[in-house]
Amino acid sequence: MGTKGEVLVLSVKHLKKKISNKWIIKDISFDIYEGQIFGFLGPNGSGKTTTIRMLVDLIRPTEGSIYVCGKNVQTEHDEALKNVGCIVENPELYSYLTGWENLEHFAAMLPNISKQRIQEVVEIVGMDQRIHDKVKTYSLGMRQRLGIAQALLGKPRLLILDEPTNGLDPQGIKELRIFIRNLAKEGLSLFISSHLLSEIQLMCDRVAIIRKGEVISVGNVDELLEQSTSTVLWGISPVEQGKEVLQSFQSIELIQLNDMEIDCSPASQTVATQMNPDEVSKVNEQMVKSGIQVTSIEIKKPSLEDMFLTLTEGEKID
Amino acid sequence: MTNIYPLVRNEVLKIWKKKRFFVIVLILAVLIPIFTYAQLRVALNVQKQMGTEDWRIVVQQQIQDYENRVSSPRMQEEWKRWYIVEIQRLQLHLDQNIDPKSPNGVTFTNQFVANSVGLFLPLLVLVIAADLVAGEHSAGTIKLLLTRPIKRWKVLLSKYIALTIYVSITVLLLAAMSYLISGLVFGFNGWMQPVLTGFQVIGSELNINNINIIPQWQFLVMELGLAWFSSLVVACLAMMVSVLVRSIAAGMGIMLATLIAGTILTNMVSSWESAKYFFMVNLQTVSYLSGAVPPIQGLTLSFSLLNLSVWAMISIVISFIVFTKRDILN
Repeated sequence: MGTKGEVLVLSVKHLKKKISNKWIIKDISFDIYEGQIFGFLGPNGSGKTTTIRMLVDLIRPTEGSIYVCGKNVQTEHDEALKNVGCIVENPELYSYLTGWENLEHFAAMLPNISKQRIQEVVEIVGMDQRIHDKVKTYSLGMRQRLGIAQALLGKPRLLILDEPTNGLDPQGIKELRIFIRNLAKEGLSLFISSHLLSEIQLMCDRVAIIRKGEVISVGNVDELLEQSTSTVLWGISPVEQGKEVLQSFQSIELIQLNDMEIDCSPASQTVATQMNPDEVSKVNEQMVKSGIQVTSIEIKKPSLEDMFLTLTEGEKID
Repeated sequence: MTNIYPLVRNEVLKIWKKKRFFVIVLILAVLIPIFTYAQLRVALNVQKQMGTEDWRIVVQQQIQDYENRVSSPRMQEEWKRWYIVEIQRLQLHLDQNIDPKSPNGVTFTNQFVANSVGLFLPLLVLVIAADLVAGEHSAGTIKLLLTRPIKRWKVLLSKYIALTIYVSITVLLLAAMSYLISGLVFGFNGWMQPVLTGFQVIGSELNINNINIIPQWQFLVMELGLAWFSSLVVACLAMMVSVLVRSIAAGMGIMLATLIAGTILTNMVSSWESAKYFFMVNLQTVSYLSGAVPPIQGLTLSFSLLNLSVWAMISIVISFIVFTKRDILN
């Protein structure tokens, strides 16, 4: 699906996995190109982690294939994984070793990593101060950084991060976002799974949404967002007459919102609609003409989260 | 293709940094003085019983007694030969002027190794082996370890090599520490003291085909070799259990139960012959050297060594198959 001339870094084809007679992953396919940040979204239990584990050969797929830079992860383990840096779930490192010793440990498992390279990645993640302390004294944020340092050691072409914002404070999340953008600018491809959908929306270029082991939507973040209409909240009085005016428009749909989402005006005087934002002024004009007081108009930007909830509506873990 | 050497270095370093080996050193440093003291009490007791009697006279009396037995017509041919060699050994004691009953650093070490091989040494080995794979699972680091561009069998092989290194050091350390600590009390000589070996009592029969008198240092070397082999087999089995159950506590429990079952079985299965195929009753290979009666009829040194080798091989094969094929789900 990528633009012409782009280099394919990760190609997942019809991935399926059956665990104890149950299909955990039913059919997942996607491609990631060079320099792309790919978001992987799904509710808990949808098969995100299982998929990631298959990408890095921790789990063998029942069917389907995974290619990293043209190498099959299953049959050409060494060649394929040379190009991959990853953090699967938590950044679990050896707590009884120092940060530096951890990096040396993993450097020894990669071909030709010099001391300079270790120093380089330490600087990239900004850990110079504490790198010679035992990992057990690190905060979660620092472990996350050390995990990323470890993943970057072998100059991978694909970086897989599983729930990277887990346990980070807002400042840390912001830093991570900038960090990830910078990595992508240098040509690294990133695969990021998260349930913090708003974060993915800010971080990723492309996104795959999965549910019950199936991809239900893949595309560029912008494209996916365009497909949906906006939610507009009308603060009007009297409410009943206002509703009649709104209903007179064919393209406007009244929707129910829970109280949580109404934060600007009293709930009793607020009507939520699903409509095209371009029509707001026209509707407002009609309201005024009908002698209805409009106290507020709030256009809610559709978030990936809303879309995600709509797409995965009625989800139950079975 | 990455060389295996950096992987082995990683594993050796991790065991060291995890302070598992210090636990072993600590256990030895605490227990050996206790055993030394116990041995000292025994020695004092013997001395008290002997009174001021000259040990040379006692030994000469014993030789005289044995010579009388040998000349008795009812004596079996094998036993006769055994007594003749035993007389030679006692004579050597007289010649070298070494009291056979007096303890020294080397005798203590010999006895300690012989008594350790069934349970104590395997337990020390477990401290390291049970943790090697299960520890990576419980810490979650297995995910990082197996997503490197290195095939899984190489990762496991590096762990086996590191384990072999530590088992070897443990056996040597046990001998060295027991020699040094007991030597402080009993003296450091005794290397040349003669020891009888190469005979075996089977039922009422005595097999003396290889009967021999060797200096004690040579006996110690043979003993350490056998103890090393037994420990290595226990290490391999612990590795397999560690690979299979992925939990340190469960792995330790299974291995402990098996080893202790072995010592219990040893005491009660003399009439159940097929029990000899259990690895646990074969671990005490050292006892064959000093001609002790085997727990089960039909056990010989070569049978035990073969049996242990087969167990170790099977466990290694299972470990490698499971480790390389299994999905890492947790």
